[in-house]
Formats: sequence, structure tokens, C-alpha cells
Amino acid sequence: MRRRDDALIPENDQPTDRVLAGPLFWITGLVLLVGLPLLNLLPDDSPLHVSDFTLNLFGKFFAFAILALGLDLIWGYTGVLSLGHGVFFGLGAYAMGMHLMLQIGAESVYGNVLPDFMVWNQVEELPWFWVPFHSFGFALAAIILVPMVFAAVFGFFVFRSRIRGVYFPIMTQALALVAWLVFNRNETNLGGTNGLTDFKHILGFSLHDPATQRVLYALTVLCLGLAYLLCRWVTRSRAGRVLIAIRDCEQRVLFSGYSPASYKLFVFVISAGLAGLAGALYVPQVGIITPNQIGVLPSIEIVIWVAVGGRGTLSGAIIGATGVNWMRSVLTNHVPELWLLVLGGLFIAVVMFVPTGIVGLFRQTHAKLLCWKSKIPGWHR
Amino acid sequence: MIQPFAHTTFLRLAVLFWCLFSLQATGWAQVSTPPSTSTDRIGTQEALTTLAEGTWTEKTRAATYLLQHGDPSLLPQLDALRSTVNRRVRKLIKPVITLFRNQAGLASPDTETRRAAARDLGIRGTREALPVLRNALSNERDHWVRYDLEEAINLLTVEYAGPQDRLAAIQKLGDLRSDAALPVLQELADQPASTMEQHTLRNAAIEAGRRIQKWQEIASGIEILLQGLSLSSILLLMSLGLAIVFGLMGVINMAHGEMMMIGAYATYVVQEIFQAYFGPSFFDYYFFFALPCAFVVAGLVGWILEGTLIRFLYGRPLETLLATWGVGLVLIQVARLIFGDLTAVQAPSWLKGSAQVMVGVQLPYNRLFIILLALFCLAGIYALLFRTGIGLRIRAVLQNRDMSACLGIPTRKLDAYTFAFGSGLAGLAGSALTLVGNVDPELGRNYIVDSFMVVVTGGVGKLAGTTTAALGIGTLNKVLEPSFGAVYGKVTILILIILFLRYRPSGLYAPKGRRLDS
Repeated sequence: MRRRDDALIPENDQPTDRVLAGPLFWITGLVLLVGLPLLNLLPDDSPLHVSDFTLNLFGKFFAFAILALGLDLIWGYTGVLSLGHGVFFGLGAYAMGMHLMLQIGAESVYGNVLPDFMVWNQVEELPWFWVPFHSFGFALAAIILVPMVFAAVFGFFVFRSRIRGVYFPIMTQALALVAWLVFNRNETNLGGTNGLTDFKHILGFSLHDPATQRVLYALTVLCLGLAYLLCRWVTRSRAGRVLIAIRDCEQRVLFSGYSPASYKLFVFVISAGLAGLAGALYVPQVGIITPNQIGVLPSIEIVIWVAVGGRGTLSGAIIGATGVNWMRSVLTNHVPELWLLVLGGLFIAVVMFVPTGIVGLFRQTHAKLLCWKSKIPGWHR
Repeated sequence: MIQPFAHTTFLRLAVLFWCLFSLQATGWAQVSTPPSTSTDRIGTQEALTTLAEGTWTEKTRAATYLLQHGDPSLLPQLDALRSTVNRRVRKLIKPVITLFRNQAGLASPDTETRRAAARDLGIRGTREALPVLRNALSNERDHWVRYDLEEAINLLTVEYAGPQDRLAAIQKLGDLRSDAALPVLQELADQPASTMEQHTLRNAAIEAGRRIQKWQEIASGIEILLQGLSLSSILLLMSLGLAIVFGLMGVINMAHGEMMMIGAYATYVVQEIFQAYFGPSFFDYYFFFALPCAFVVAGLVGWILEGTLIRFLYGRPLETLLATWGVGLVLIQVARLIFGDLTAVQAPSWLKGSAQVMVGVQLPYNRLFIILLALFCLAGIYALLFRTGIGLRIRAVLQNRDMSACLGIPTRKLDAYTFAFGSGLAGLAGSALTLVGNVDPELGRNYIVDSFMVVVTGGVGKLAGTTTAALGIGTLNKVLEPSFGAVYGKVTILILIILFLRYRPSGLYAPKGRRLDS
């Protein structure tokens, strides 16, 4: 089989000894973490005012950015395309949603301690797997651990089976389809088609209060920053070099005495954990999680965020997730029927014309500029 | 306490006298002797008038008379009568109408009508239906009509005849594996038996019921297998094109499902054209035009797609996967903008109904058609690959692309043709799918994941592998469905495939050789 992927990936963040990110990261991080919430606090008539809605929207985008970082780790760096990341996102989201559902308590529409959908489905008693979610600590642990354990089990079998290349995306897509079907069922007691919604408060703070949403936003930005640093650390470690090597030629890695399956499993599990975290941050800000957010289409959409931003670059994943979702929210508000056309067009255009994504494009132009500069006589760098 | 008893006794006496009196008055004491045909005609006309005007007892008599001496020619009159009289009389003449209507049905040239009439008489008929059924049986040729007639006769015998005949009829029903007899036999088996005779009857009923139930289990098993075969053939139609394209070019065509959707819409458009411009007598033949149309349209779209997009992405399966997914999204949205959300194609009348395979097992004609179409396509592809020059070249490219190019095979051209052909096959599949379901823009999405499973399990570029995998997955789907439910059946299949690939990473029929890069 001919391999052309190698040439497509730009000179990405080469492993260096620098572990901490540069000043650009800290400045952007601070602006997003402190600046936006401060602007939100300004009075409504101020020209710089950021509305609650916008802040909430950006909170959602940054949650997606964490998800995209996870996918970039496994696709952009390791070359394993997962079309089932929506499932891990969904597992984290449902874990958080279940805790929030139980927090509603007797304030629900039916005044029952049980969640509303259980009352509809004539469930008399809280199912056993719901009980521990009364505790916030357990929910927090489940958010990360459930997707990781699930990914570990699935990944163990799939990677050990030497399923690779295009077979892996096909298997993970089947996983997404199956998960969607299972979450849609009523008898799994996960809310069926309607999912989990109507959340009231988190740790005693009302979710409808703008202050709570501000805190959640700041928390998301903080988590995004930490996730970025984690991914940066992973990709720049020795293991990260092996990951990139696996992407470029798995056979050679195998013959050099490494076990690609273990490395792939490791990065798959980490990326599932990040997806779960993203899901948990997404739920309280958006207020609903349904099976339709974890199916086949949402799972493959994550891939296009990373592709648009630039695979194999961490900043690309964040830029792509934010940019594509921002475009989506603008388009679905104004010309809803156009969105799918644009999304389809993005898939085609990115693959055909800008395989390196926005970040790659930026780097290429930068390199070209340098090249021109060096050609100008009398110009000394 | 004595008062109500005396009261009822008095009433009974009064009714008895009234009956005697009316018998004298109407002179119908000798109804049991069979009169000649001419008297029949007069008698039936008289009975009809009585039904409209007479007293209740006279009406009862008249109805009985009609049951014994009437014939289906009275149906229009009875129907007219039915619309004028009250509910009680309507109930009274209902068995009469049932008998005559079904008697007319038994004389119909259409087997389905005859069968329906026989079944209906078996369940709702009275003892007077027995001679009618026997008469029909002696003239009947068709196997399944005979079966239904026998079933009906025996059912009525169990209901109305003497003990000896009943025993024989019960045993016969057991022999027939009659589905409709089960409730009747159940009732017999539940009745308390005091005499020796009743005991024998009960035991016979229990035995016959057991035989029927056992047969039903077998029949449902066979029916599940047939359903599996039907699903397999749809999967096969879809994954054949997919497997060839993937094997030849290393292209994961996620828009394959949309090619199917295009085929379905092509069928829809052809149907609309036939409805608008041709007479209803031609309508039944539209499907013969729709099939090639679907093939050509989908193939054309595939050819354009290959020429503009996919040829630049050869050998990079992941990239083609993403790009074709995008193409699929665009095609879905375009179809939605043009055709709206949900439409349905009307199947031609010769594909409606079903064939009886055995007692209790039906095979609908549309499913049968799909199975045959899949077989036809399989044979066609086999012939193309192994009996033509193009097929030889395709196989050569499949084995070693660079070598084939060196030997002068125009590989790029061949790729384009193959891709168009694969898309055309998907179009055929879509056209066939309109027979069993609605047409909506996301039609293909329901099948794409399953078909890829088939391709992965079957191994790349092997017809036999794809066929076996399609059969296996389709049948397994239907076999697991009753006990696991559709959803958990799918979960089980996914797990099984993952475990299977653990032992055979390149699918059922791995290409031989020691090539490392796969």
C-alpha cells in the first residue's frame, strides 16, 4: 500500500525539552479565563458587554475543544481514526447528567424523588447503577473512569485483534451506532430518546443563575488549559515520539521492538478520559444530553473539527472545535438548511485542499514568507 | 322464593305454545325433507319476505331454511334486507350471509379468494357449510386451497359432528398442523372429561395440540431463516459494490449508502412519470424500467464522483472515508431539499402478496424478488470478473497494480469504471429497498454500518467472503432478534465480529501471500 499520509502532516510541534507552553498560551488562557467573565459582568448597555448567552456558548465550544484535543491525540498524533468518540463523550455526559438528575429530587414535575422519565416508564425503584450517583465525588470519578475503563476494554480487544487501518474506524463507527441504539432504549433506564434534561442545580447552586454559569465557564477554560498541557506533555514525551512513529509507519515501530498495540491502547484510554471530561462539562452548561449527541454523525463531526483546525497540532484541535462550532451556531440560527451542505463541503474541502488544516496553512505561509525574505538581496535575518 | 321460578315456567310454556301455533300457521313442519329446485326458489323468496315481515319465530325458521336451501344468488337481496332490518335480525341472518358470501368466494377463479373463503368458513361457518366445503374440495386442484378446505371441514366437524367423526377430525387437524385449530383444541383439552368418550376426545385434542405447537416452533424457525435470507440479500447487494471498490482502489466509500438513496429516488421518479404519462395498465411494468434507471443514475453519479474527487485520494483510505462522508452529507441534504422528508413508492401489484412455502410459513413476493435480484447481481458480477476481459484486468489490478500498469492495463480508467459499476449496484439495492420500506434521504445511513461490517468480516476483494459474511450477519441478525431484541442482537454481533477478527484479522478469505502492509 502506498503511504502518502507522511507528507501531509506538517512539521508539527517537534519534541523539545520545553515542557511548559509559550507566552501565547498563557496570555490567551488568561484572557479567556478572566477577561470574558469580566466583560460579562459589565452592564448590559456597555459596548464591550458579553451576554450570558455568548458566554454559555463559548463554554460549550471549549468543552468541545477538550473533546477535540482527545481525538487529536489519537488521530492526529497516532494516526488511529476513531469514529466512536461521541460514545466516550456521552458516557461522561450521562454520568454527570445522572448526578444532576438525582439532584433535582422532589422538585421534578411529578414531585417524585425518582427522575421524571422513570415515573413515565413506571419504574418503582431507583435502578442499582443510579444509586451511587447521589454522591458528587462518585459522579466526578465516574466521569473520567467510566469512559476510560470502557475504552480500555474495547481497545484491548480491538488493538489486540490487530484491527488497524480503515478497519478501526469502521469498528468504532459500529460502536457509535450500537451505543446510540442502546441509549435510546427505555429499559436501560437512561432516559430513552429524550435523554436527561431539566436539571435544576449543581452542588446546591442553581444552574439558571448566571453566576453559576460563569463559574462553569471558568472551570471549562481551566480544564481546557490543563488538558492542553497534559496532551502537550504526552506528545513531547518519549512515548509521544513512539506515537508519531506509529502514525508514520506502524510496522517499523513493531520491528524496532515496541508494542504498538500497548501504546495505542494507552493513548486511546487517555483520549476517552478527556472525552468524558468534556461531556461532563458540556451537560450542566447546555442542560440536556440525548442519545442523538453520541451517535454516528456527532462522532464523525469531531473528526472534522480536528481536521479543519489542523490534525497533529494541539492548537489546531482547539481552533477547529471552536471555529466549526461557532460557524454551526451562526448557520443553524440563520439558514438551517445550509448547515449540512456546509458541513459536507468542509469534509471535502479539508481533505482535498487543506489537509493540514488552518494551523498547517498558517505555518506554510509563514515558511514561504521566510523563504521570500531570504531571497531579497541585502536582507539579513 | 317460588315466585320467579313459577314465572319462568309460565314464560317457557307460553313460548312453546306460540311456537306450535306458528308452526301450524305457516305449514313449515316438514322443512327437513329436501324439496325440488323449483320449490326451492319459491321457498327462498318466501323466506326472504318472512325475514322482512314475519314474527321472530318465523324469522328464525326462515333463516334456518335459507341456510339449508339458499344459494349465493340471494346475496344482493340479503344485503338489501340487511340494511333495512334491526340489529337482532341482522345478527340472525349473519351466518346466512357468511355462508353465501364464502360460497361465492369458493367459486372464484382467484386462489387467494378461495383460500380466504375456506379459512373464514372454518372459523365462522355453521354445520350447513360442511356440504358446501366438501363439494368445493372434490372440485379443487390447488394444493393450498385444498389444505384450507380440509382444515375448515375438520374444524366444523369437530364443532358439530358426532363423537366418532370428531375423533377422526381432531386427529386429522393434528396431521394438518392446522394453525387455526389450536384454540379449538385448547378448549377441548381444558374441558372436564367424565365419560370414556370425552376422555378419548380430550386426549386426542391434547396430542393434536402438541403436534401443532411443535410444528409451529419449526415453522417460526424456518420463517426466521427466510427473513435472515432476505436481510442478507439486501446486505449483499449493498456490500458487493463496496467490497469491490475497497478491494480495487483502497477507497472507503461512505457515500455508498447515498448511492442507494439515489437509486431509490430514481425508482420514485420513474414511478411518478409512469403515473403521470402512461395509463394504469402500464403502471405494473414501471419496475422493469426503474431498475436499469436506478443502476444508470447511481452509476453516473458515482462516475462523476470518481472523476472529480476520489481519483485524487487513491490509496489513502482514511482520507476517502472523510471526503465521501462529506459527499454523503451533501447528497442527503440535496435530496431533502428536492424531495422533502418522506416519500413512498407503490410496489407493482405482481409483487404484492406472498407465496406459501409450507404450513405456517409465508414468503412475501417482494422479499423473494430481492433475494432473486441479489442472486442475479452476484451471478452478474461473477460473470463480469471471471468471464470477461475487463474482469481479467480488474483482477490483475487487484493483485498488483503497478505490475498491471506496466503491462499496459489502463488502471485509472478501470478504476473509474469499477467505481461507477459499484455505485450502480448500490443504486439497484436502493431500488429494491423501495419494495420493503419508505424512501427518505437517510435511507442509506441505516445500512452503511452493517454493510461495512460485512466487508470487514468477509475480507477484502473476495466475492465468496462477502457473500458468506452477508449471509452470516444477516441471518445472525434475525436469529438473535427474537431472544435478544434487535438492539442487543446488534451489540452481540459487534462483539462477535471483534472476537472473530482477533483470530482472522483479514476476514474470512484473506488474500494469500506474505504481503506485510495490509
